[in-house]
Amino acid sequence: MKVSVKWLRELAGVDLPVDRLAHVLTMGGLEVEEVTPAAGAFEGIVVAHVLTVAPHPNADKLRVAEVEAGKGTTLTIVCGAPNVAAGQKVPCALVGAKLPGMEIKRAKLRGVESSGMLCSARELGMSDDHSGLLVLPEDAPVGMDIREYLDLDDTVLTLKLTPNRGDCLSMFGIARDIAALTGKACSLPEASPVSATIADSREVRISDPAACGHYFGRVIRGIDPSARTPAWMARRLERAGLRPRSPLVDITNFVMLERGQPMHAFDHAKLEGAIDVRMAKPGEELKLLTEQWAEYLPNLLLITDASGPVALGGVMGGFDSMVTDATTNVFFEAAYFAPEAVQGRAKALQLTSDAAYRFERGVDFAGTRAALERATELTLAICGGEAGPVTQARGTLPARRPQRVRPARVRALLGYEVADDDMAGALRRLHCTVARDGGDLVATPPTWRFDLAIEEDYVEEVARVHGYEHVPAAAPRSSVPMLDVPEGARTRFDLKRAVASLGYQEVINYSFVSSQWEADFADNATAVRLANPIASNMDVMRSTLVGGLVAAVKSNLNRDEERVRLFEVGRCFLGAGPEPQEQPERLGCITYGPRMPEQWAEKAQAADFYDAKGDLEAIAGAGLLEFRPGGRHPSCHPGRCASVWAGDRQVGVVGELHPKLQLKYELAAAPVLFEIDCDVLLAGRAPRYSGVSRMPTVRRDLAVVVAESLSAGAILAAVRAAVPACVREVEVFDQYRGKGVESGRKSLAFRIVIQDTARTLTDAEVEEIVGSIRQLLIQKFQASPRT
Amino acid sequence: MQPIDKIVADARAAFDSAASVADLEQAKSRFLGKSGALTELLKGLGKLSAEERPKAGAAINEAKVRVEALLASRRDAILAAELDLRLAAESIDVTLPGRRQSPGGLHPISRAQEHIERLFASMGFSVADGPEIENDFYNFTALRMFPDHPSRSMQDTFYVADSDKVLRTHTSPVQIRHMQTHEPPIRIICPGRVYRVDHDATHSPMFHQIEGLWVDEGISLADLKGTVAQFCRAFFERDDIGIRFRPSYFPFVEPGVEIDMEWERKDGEVKYLEIGGAGVVHPDVLRNGNIDPERYSGFAFGMGLDRLAMLKYGVNDLRLFFDNDLKFLRQFR
Repeated sequence: MKVSVKWLRELAGVDLPVDRLAHVLTMGGLEVEEVTPAAGAFEGIVVAHVLTVAPHPNADKLRVAEVEAGKGTTLTIVCGAPNVAAGQKVPCALVGAKLPGMEIKRAKLRGVESSGMLCSARELGMSDDHSGLLVLPEDAPVGMDIREYLDLDDTVLTLKLTPNRGDCLSMFGIARDIAALTGKACSLPEASPVSATIADSREVRISDPAACGHYFGRVIRGIDPSARTPAWMARRLERAGLRPRSPLVDITNFVMLERGQPMHAFDHAKLEGAIDVRMAKPGEELKLLTEQWAEYLPNLLLITDASGPVALGGVMGGFDSMVTDATTNVFFEAAYFAPEAVQGRAKALQLTSDAAYRFERGVDFAGTRAALERATELTLAICGGEAGPVTQARGTLPARRPQRVRPARVRALLGYEVADDDMAGALRRLHCTVARDGGDLVATPPTWRFDLAIEEDYVEEVARVHGYEHVPAAAPRSSVPMLDVPEGARTRFDLKRAVASLGYQEVINYSFVSSQWEADFADNATAVRLANPIASNMDVMRSTLVGGLVAAVKSNLNRDEERVRLFEVGRCFLGAGPEPQEQPERLGCITYGPRMPEQWAEKAQAADFYDAKGDLEAIAGAGLLEFRPGGRHPSCHPGRCASVWAGDRQVGVVGELHPKLQLKYELAAAPVLFEIDCDVLLAGRAPRYSGVSRMPTVRRDLAVVVAESLSAGAILAAVRAAVPACVREVEVFDQYRGKGVESGRKSLAFRIVIQDTARTLTDAEVEEIVGSIRQLLIQKFQASPRT
Repeated sequence: MQPIDKIVADARAAFDSAASVADLEQAKSRFLGKSGALTELLKGLGKLSAEERPKAGAAINEAKVRVEALLASRRDAILAAELDLRLAAESIDVTLPGRRQSPGGLHPISRAQEHIERLFASMGFSVADGPEIENDFYNFTALRMFPDHPSRSMQDTFYVADSDKVLRTHTSPVQIRHMQTHEPPIRIICPGRVYRVDHDATHSPMFHQIEGLWVDEGISLADLKGTVAQFCRAFFERDDIGIRFRPSYFPFVEPGVEIDMEWERKDGEVKYLEIGGAGVVHPDVLRNGNIDPERYSGFAFGMGLDRLAMLKYGVNDLRLFFDNDLKFLRQFR
């Protein structure tokens, strides 16, 4: 909402300086986003008449104009504007004029003396338009100061209004709020009823009384189609951001800006029979004045005549019945449409409508008739004609419900002292009626407020009028129960720091990705799809973090990084079709390039599967995760990929990027990566003491040769399951292929650590245990001893 | 010189000329070994008379002690010299860089979030979390953003195709979910990703919010101001930050507040920055959370985590946070 300060001053006697006014509005909840002078700070520019234009003798792009700028003398001015033409009225900066950053002096331009400067809108600081001179109306008086002529000593405030303050979408509304906030009286001009001088009228009816509280109509006959919108009105429309069109349309817009009441002007000759306000019937449609078509919607409110729909109630008029340059008889509509009858309609029909914007938020239903009178008065003054009697129909107007306001409750919610009388005074300043009932106040809102319903709404108004800047900063007093923090649990940040300590940098990727990524990295053709993605490559919700991590690696490689280690913690969205089943939070890590940064003490070695797996094991801690071969994941090389399990639940995957994805995403080497559900990493387990044995430990190493296809994990699992409790540890400490081991087989060396809790084991007992393991390996895994 | 004194003198000379422990052992055998000079003297005692024997024996033993002392002292000297040599040989260039993995780091938004969580934890707030694909009730209706109401258009929403689900436009649905499952007093903050259809230099379609909720008996607008003011001073680590409230409108609070923070003072003018919205929780919202608004009241606030991080670290372009450029991210390690 743009507000001309000058208009506000003239209309409502608001006399605050601009900066103070802006502060009052902002602190009252009507935020002033911008304060814009109507024009730049200049003086000495007047209306001039261009008499002749001749080419410049020494410059192709310049012209020499003879202009009259008052005082009876003719000035020669060199001008570079392409649109300068004889006969025009234009702004002319006289010698001595002061513009921001310059003073106009007599000067020779390419050999021709110039006594002034003809101006564009930009030079006047009115807009950015400098395509040519600002051409003024033909009747602009020569020699008149342009500030006076264009009414430029004005400032425009741009307000950012919240949806609850529909009452402030007009000069009247803003003036009322300023008066309430400053405690001054506010006198708004009455609209005096215009008596009918002709009998012409049009019957009006309301078939849907809930949607339309009342409807006033009036015919004005014999208006002058050649009448033009007066400059003062055009200026006010422009300052409010509206483009002047034709007198009748401009009058309805002007009344809307002044009083907040949207109106519509029909061409009376194009209507048939009585007006009826009713809901649309299936199949009905309407060509709008923007030439868009409004198709049938349920609960779409129509203004109809005997021929059918002629306007969308509270939204927009129809094309066929709109006023044109040829209109001589007009039918004005001023009505109250209920917010519920208008809300959502413009949006559903993809229309922008100042009327709907106001009706959706609530329009003062006590001002409907006055708006019609005001429009009549303006029409008769500007376009002539004669007014008929007002016809009207009544529906159901909104109830003004009294609300009990308990002063103690107000003080409790605000947290500071306000006297009862001050509360009542604040509400009365807002034109609420306030009664007393025992110790309570009973408040009823004025007809223009649609946001005052419950007690808390009045609490806010008390604070608003009193001034939010007076809210003290208190220290809350409240019981503080201890938080439940399990000892072993990690916060997300503990986890992130553990990951970062392994050299990974956190990144944040968008949760929406391209459906192509979902196909490539998750083999997911049924990803959760957005109805209105911001771009076609962000059309689905990710079910894996891998795509984003690979892309982030790639973009950093393109920025001359050579070694990239990244991680992300974020939600993934699982489940086929539109309904996401689960939204697990996951950790994803990716490593590209050497295992360690280049350094003198380490040989450069590409990170491989075991680096990723080792990092995951380090992050998870001992004994939490199990890695199973054959974990098929679309992102991973099928032979270099393990599924990750916590108990009997698969929680993630670790592997090397699939070669076909490496090729497709143009990576010179394959990164290794893992992705795992966060919850298992965050859950805590408090440790439990189980006794320390003082008996000596014995280590035995056992090397065997087995088939290549056997996994170490399977062998370890079998051995661990078979050995007695005194075997503390069985682990692979070496793997060997090559000389001395036949092809198709590999040598594995196991470390076996044995310790009894109660006694020292004899060599024979140790030998027996190792022998039994050897037997198991031979029998179950066809192992042969390493020779 | 008595022969015995010569032996001691010879031993001293021999030991002194030994360059290593091995040389020393050889020299030792010449004097103390089975056929060493002193051993030979001892063997000769038998030839002496009973009167001479004790005195000669004592002299030999005294010489033996002296030789052994010489030996030990020389051994220590040789070992010390050898150690010095070894230490000198083993010295390294300690100025070479240490062997290390490269440092990783947290995203600046994570850093800021962690700090905020710590600050609020110190006031007894816990962290609550919820789904990012939300249903209409939790994201809108429970918060009094009714269908077709203009307040819905305050936030441009991403919709899930063929579904009534949305990407949450704020973390407020977490507040409803938490109230439904917890009894007052409630003190939570809800950080997380949120989504709005908005993409330009100052808006990202995905960004981060941090919301707070305190519900108890007797919670007021003044308590909100006190809490937010303390937070701002603690988060920005500045004592000169003031807070200003302005009336505003959010359907889920009443009274509603826009929070301005005093950021700079120039030429007597205070420059305010908008840092978030807040207010006293609307009674209908408490009811939607199964809380009796006559007994309890609460305040809620919401701030842009990304914006807080930008201000804190002096980042001037929101897009940098989502660009994943290591050259940017490394600055926050």
